[in-house]
Amino acid sequence: MEYQMTYIVLAAIFGGFMAWGIGANDVANAMATSVGSKAITIKQAIIIAAIFEFAGAVLAGGAVTSTIRKGIITADSINSQPELLIFGMLSSLLAAGIWLLIASRRGWPVSTTHSVIGAVVGFAAVGIGTEAIQWSKVVDIVLSWVVTPVIAGILAYFIFQSVHHLILKQKDPLSRAKRYVPFYMFITAFVLTLVTIKKGLKHIGLHLTDVEAYGLAVLFGIVVAVIGAFFINRIKPNKEKEKRFHFYTVERVFAVLMVITASGLAFAHGSNDVANAVGPLAAVISTAKSGVVAANSSLETWVLMLGAVGIVIGLATYGVRVIRTVGQKITHLTPSRGFAAELAASTTIVVASGTGMPISTTQTLVGAVLGVGMARGISAIDLKVVRNIFASWVVTIPAGAALSIIFFFIFRFIFG
Amino acid sequence: MTNFISQMLGRSPVEPLQEHIKVACKAAFLLPDLFAAANLNDWVKVNKITQEIRDLENLADDMKMDIRSNMPKSLFMPVPRQDLLELLLVQDKVANISKQIAGMVRLRKMQIPDALIDSFNAFVNRCMQAAKKAKHSVYELDELYATGFRGVEVQTVEKMIAKLGSIETETDNQQTDIQEKLFLMEQELPPIEVMFLYRLIDMVGGIADYAERIGRRLEILLAK
Repeated sequence: MEYQMTYIVLAAIFGGFMAWGIGANDVANAMATSVGSKAITIKQAIIIAAIFEFAGAVLAGGAVTSTIRKGIITADSINSQPELLIFGMLSSLLAAGIWLLIASRRGWPVSTTHSVIGAVVGFAAVGIGTEAIQWSKVVDIVLSWVVTPVIAGILAYFIFQSVHHLILKQKDPLSRAKRYVPFYMFITAFVLTLVTIKKGLKHIGLHLTDVEAYGLAVLFGIVVAVIGAFFINRIKPNKEKEKRFHFYTVERVFAVLMVITASGLAFAHGSNDVANAVGPLAAVISTAKSGVVAANSSLETWVLMLGAVGIVIGLATYGVRVIRTVGQKITHLTPSRGFAAELAASTTIVVASGTGMPISTTQTLVGAVLGVGMARGISAIDLKVVRNIFASWVVTIPAGAALSIIFFFIFRFIFG
Repeated sequence: MTNFISQMLGRSPVEPLQEHIKVACKAAFLLPDLFAAANLNDWVKVNKITQEIRDLENLADDMKMDIRSNMPKSLFMPVPRQDLLELLLVQDKVANISKQIAGMVRLRKMQIPDALIDSFNAFVNRCMQAAKKAKHSVYELDELYATGFRGVEVQTVEKMIAKLGSIETETDNQQTDIQEKLFLMEQELPPIEVMFLYRLIDMVGGIADYAERIGRRLEILLAK
């Protein structure tokens, strides 16, 4: 292939830019619930996000990457002209990256996932032809965008109801919190480990039997719960602060739990969103190297690694500032609420990642927060803002598509 | 550079409501000093206290407007928006009536007749206790929100409201008692002054009435 190196370098630059953008903006959204509820400091949030975003991307990011790389466009339709796929994927990265830049400058709530999918579908439909798109897959993806916030909401509703009944409405909420919170820690670690093992670890060459997978998940869950219980037991009731608010110490116990659910959410975010940058990049690399559109080529781990590093750099350079602004805003999401939203969202996202569905982490989290609200957990939710968030993807998909179509023709003009 | 999660979480009405009743009650709690200063003929002090009460009432008014404008119809809350707004309205009445009482005492240089002073002071203090109890009940709002208006916390608040109701009944009895005493003294006092004394007693009793209504509004929140 004539411009093989040029394509790969361009794709790496665009993909890196996109990953940087995700780290700079999206991660802050994912960590907002924790920082806003003062469960963790900004510094802790950044360290947690860096470690677990990276782990999530590398360990569990493969399936979603594959979907974007080769699940949407049929390989046979472009086998004769592999360059078209390269132009298209380059345009998609550039389109989504630029759209995100515009949107975040304007403060519009857009989703990285929606812009990438819109861009890929857009260039394929116009540049190659509508028959090149696997429409059933696209329908699945769009459906998952509707379903995941709902599932996260329902999960959050029931998680928070259980907190109500087991802890908050009881006579001795503090001793009950100390008793039950480790169980929630166990569930968080168990679910995340299990889904990662069962769905994510194949591409790094780890194959475990069911028994081994469940055993390892239980082990992980117990380890996390024991460590959590240790920190919980060190919390002493603060009589002075409890005079003003009786649940002060109880919330402190939940704050420990929230460190764990925040880690889980960062992991889930890494597993799903790194694919937005890495998926098109991987498609360009494999096509440029082999000269053919290979539907069965495997994903190289270093590509995921590149995306993960991009996210961490974005977080360190720009995301820090975003998280700081969020942290200074007083939100009214106490740890007992925030953890329920985070646990529900991260579980939903990780399961979606395991099945290869590129979903919007922000919208899933919004769904989860609404679920807690439905359980009478939040003193005020502005539905106008919620409507805007959900409506935004209707705009984002055509915007991503239009931009990528324009770039596609530019690339084809330059290289073609 | 905005965050959607923190944007969608509207400002909680709890703390502003608590701050509001704190200011409203602060205005009411100045009244015993006002009556004492008036009876000592210290009109400089009466003027000063009246001004303080006015300032507090203005502050409460501003806070009321602020809370209202931060409670748009698009808010989704565990309790109906209308009920919170009505609670706010009753809270504000405590400040309003305190201002009216102070204004009237200052303008008419009102003094309580010696024969009434003891029972009047007892009556005023009991009314202040009612206001204080109402304030403490509203202070429980954050715990109510924390527990989702369920469980043990609801019982705690219900007890407070019951206590508030019984204080109000007491002030009613005291009020009748003072009115009866005043009736017996009517002949000895200038008629206009008597009329305004009746009015003053009614208004002071009004503070306990509003305090009790605050309790009732909280009860409505609990019932849902």
